[in-house]
Amino acid sequence: MHELSIIELKDKIAAGEVKSADAVKSVFERIEKHDPVIGAYISTFKEGALKAALDVDERIAAGETVGALAGVPIAVKDNMCVSTGKTTCASKILENFEAPYDGHVIEKLKEADAIIIGKLNMDEFAMGSSCENSALQQTKNPWDVSTVPGGSSGGAAAAVAARMCFGALGSDTGGSIRQPASFCGVVGLKPTYGRVSRYGLVAYGSSLDQIGPLTTTVSDAALMMNVIAGHDKRDSTSISTDVAPVKDYLDGIDQPLDGLKIAVVPELNAGASQQVKDAIEKGLDVYKGLGAEIVEVAMPNVEYAIATYYVIATAEASSNLARFDGVHYGHRTEKPKDYIEVYSKSRAEGFGTEVKRRIMLGTYALSSGYYDAYYLKALKVRNLIRQDFTNAFEKADCLMMPVSPTTAFKIGEKTDDPLEMYMADIYTIAVNLAGIPGISIPCGFDDGGLPIGLQILTEAFTEDRLLRIARMFEKQTEYNTKMPKL
Amino acid sequence: MAESKYKIIIGLEIHVHLATKTKMFCGCELVYGGEPNTRVCPVCIGMPGVLPTMNKKAVEFATLAGLALNCEIPSFTKWDRKSYYYPDLPKNYQISQYDLPLCGSGFIEIPLEEGQTKNIRMIRAHLEEDAGKNTHTFGDFSAIDLNRAGSPLLEMVTEPDMNSGKEVRALAVELQRIVRFLGISEGDMQKGHMRFEPNVNLHIPKDGKIYKTPISEVKNLNSFKALERSVTYEARRQYAEFVEFGKTMEMGNKATFGWDDDNQCTVLQREKEEAHDYRYFPDPDLVPVEMSDEWLGEIKSRLCELPLQMQMRFVQDYKLSDYDAGVLTADRQTAEYFDATVKSGVDPKRVCNILTQTGLKLANEAGCKVAELGVSSDGLAELAKMVDASEISASASVTIFEEMTKSKGAPKATAEKLNLIQKSDAGEIESLIDQVIADNPKAVAEATSGSKKAKKSAGFLMGQVMQRSKGQANPKVVSEILNKKLSL
Ligand SMILES: [Zn+2]
Repeated sequence: MHELSIIELKDKIAAGEVKSADAVKSVFERIEKHDPVIGAYISTFKEGALKAALDVDERIAAGETVGALAGVPIAVKDNMCVSTGKTTCASKILENFEAPYDGHVIEKLKEADAIIIGKLNMDEFAMGSSCENSALQQTKNPWDVSTVPGGSSGGAAAAVAARMCFGALGSDTGGSIRQPASFCGVVGLKPTYGRVSRYGLVAYGSSLDQIGPLTTTVSDAALMMNVIAGHDKRDSTSISTDVAPVKDYLDGIDQPLDGLKIAVVPELNAGASQQVKDAIEKGLDVYKGLGAEIVEVAMPNVEYAIATYYVIATAEASSNLARFDGVHYGHRTEKPKDYIEVYSKSRAEGFGTEVKRRIMLGTYALSSGYYDAYYLKALKVRNLIRQDFTNAFEKADCLMMPVSPTTAFKIGEKTDDPLEMYMADIYTIAVNLAGIPGISIPCGFDDGGLPIGLQILTEAFTEDRLLRIARMFEKQTEYNTKMPKL
Repeated sequence: MAESKYKIIIGLEIHVHLATKTKMFCGCELVYGGEPNTRVCPVCIGMPGVLPTMNKKAVEFATLAGLALNCEIPSFTKWDRKSYYYPDLPKNYQISQYDLPLCGSGFIEIPLEEGQTKNIRMIRAHLEEDAGKNTHTFGDFSAIDLNRAGSPLLEMVTEPDMNSGKEVRALAVELQRIVRFLGISEGDMQKGHMRFEPNVNLHIPKDGKIYKTPISEVKNLNSFKALERSVTYEARRQYAEFVEFGKTMEMGNKATFGWDDDNQCTVLQREKEEAHDYRYFPDPDLVPVEMSDEWLGEIKSRLCELPLQMQMRFVQDYKLSDYDAGVLTADRQTAEYFDATVKSGVDPKRVCNILTQTGLKLANEAGCKVAELGVSSDGLAELAKMVDASEISASASVTIFEEMTKSKGAPKATAEKLNLIQKSDAGEIESLIDQVIADNPKAVAEATSGSKKAKKSAGFLMGQVMQRSKGQANPKVVSEILNKKLSL
């Protein structure tokens, strides 16, 4: 059963061929068997999931209409608030935090009758690209458990790759959905900023964060988008449907785009490893075979994306994470001397190294006397980067490039050099700064059998076209059907 | 007197709680008080994952205040985060406005004595969310009540244009009247709807130079009296400090004080001006506010005549005293009620008397506005007209008004019911006068004697006639006929 896609499973459940309860049981069998090694889940809701599944089965048996994801076991990254358990953000400081409310996407999943089975590991507060920054556990890449699953949505990518859920929701601030999807050989979509409500997502970089699906097929990602996309009045940055109507992303997804023009950025691709470059080339050949035209474009400002990102994201994070202070939220130090120590000690004890590093960076960037030189300058560069993308989309329908310069690296290999880790986000980070949608789809394997992802980008609010372009490739290839041997 | 030796320079920082239905960035109903932490939701307590959404009404209220204070209203403003760690601030940042406030520079006209006014320049006014409240009555622990957290606050800053405690008080009172007129705040000082923080210092001319004393900021004043007194007290204290120690701005330019109401003095809180770095930056969770001409026009249409303008118009057009005009413009409903009544063409002074002699007292007793006592402005106008037409006496009008608030009857019917209609029938009055003249020969003799007692005796006869008519005779007619009979 675990080999089914979401669409296949929900059709079978709807048709009464498969019971949702059995799907849930089967998923938990896999979790119990494999997760002790993979470490994707921080918490699971077995009892609640079974109850919800039985309810869906009953309603289907009674002939009631059910939602678009009825009975399908789905997991979510542990930075999305659920009212039925903990939301830890993989941090010591929130280890025991239970939100009293469901985030927007959780509400949407529940409305669609999806079965939420658990919360997935991540880099602490979504800061990182390997899950090595999780304060709670190390998730391993199902393709090679000595390597990282990527991050920060590493738990989500690993769980989907290991078929320990049928689909998952991650969040992407600088590549946190696409990069782990690439490392784990699954599909990962970062929607346009504003397409999916952030209400209930514990914020990291508010102007960059976006929730999106990780799945085994492009069509599954489209189906999940149908469930989670749309306006939410609780999120002022969520786009009004008058401006950008929500589409049925499954509608016409199998229809190839005629006369597709693909832009590539040669000087950017040059930084990737040979094996990644080769896989991307082969991927482009597939499109050429389908009649697509390749055009070369320059994106001169993208080289500043990492510097820009680490000013804007950390500035926002330094403020967003201020509330974890031991007074209202988060771990409180025992025996503080005074109220200043409640703050300083609680935070010193509760936050991990990388989070502290970013809070300090951001605090510095916003400090008086530095604001203009860092934050304000970064906002200006951000506009230039946006312009680079606008220019590229004038010449082509989409951009294609690697997701990451390398395949999954060994656990511990890069932990001593945070800067090297930052630099590896070069292909994904600019996309968040520009706010446009991007997808990572499996496009090959390296010599070690580790997956490689192809990144496709389109203009803001054109997820429908993005998914169609991705689906063109998926139909021609079989990379996404491969499964790691566990 | 010391006052002549220096000039007091005062600027104000003012916080006004806006009376919107809900809080600034969430859907919580805006109600003051309540059991601690019951009037909250995930948003206003800064729960992880929540997002603020702007209360449009609060922006409109703030804009209305800005328009009333002649402020520039920019077409583009935004929200900023102001960061500081304090237990009453759950997010450890406050959503506020930094460099692009909703209201730019303007001025407020304040009344001084004898109908004089003065313009005090406003630097800016911006919107922000209020924090919660810390209490320290639990031994080792402090408790935090977040009911107030997220309430909309309008912060206004004036130029240091005030030069006395009286002027500061006048501004405070005028601002209270304005926010009440506009209906944007209850303006109740005791409930903390308005908080004033004066910045006070002195310019002292000496040896051909002007010496400036360090600025004192007095925090958390919650009555007009405390506001005025703290300013006056600070001026005296600063002057004494200057005389004794030669203390000027060069020796520390600012200190923070509190007001000790029991001992009627200021208390030093912080000597050094702390170099706060609030790390302001635009709140990425909120979109900027674009004030379109259409929206601004719609807000402008809700602007009413301001209390001071109305007060001055009442003095000018209706010939009321400044005091009476001030009383009648204390709130908008009363002012408009009075204005509407007078506009139907009755004597303003007559209406003013009815309202000030009984209406306001009755309203106060009933805990409502005078317009809400159940007498329409048409009814009041009719009542006043009856006095003008001598159908009733002025004193009867007060009694009739009071009865009208109870029985809700029309003025005429009420006057009849109370037997207060004046008799003007000359024949009937003449026969009463004849009786009185016949019964009081001594008084008649004195009244016509041209002696000192003449006036008093005439008055006595007049009183007798009125008494026999049970107060219902028209005094004008009585006096005319009586004078004729006595050949006066
Ligand atoms: Zn609230």
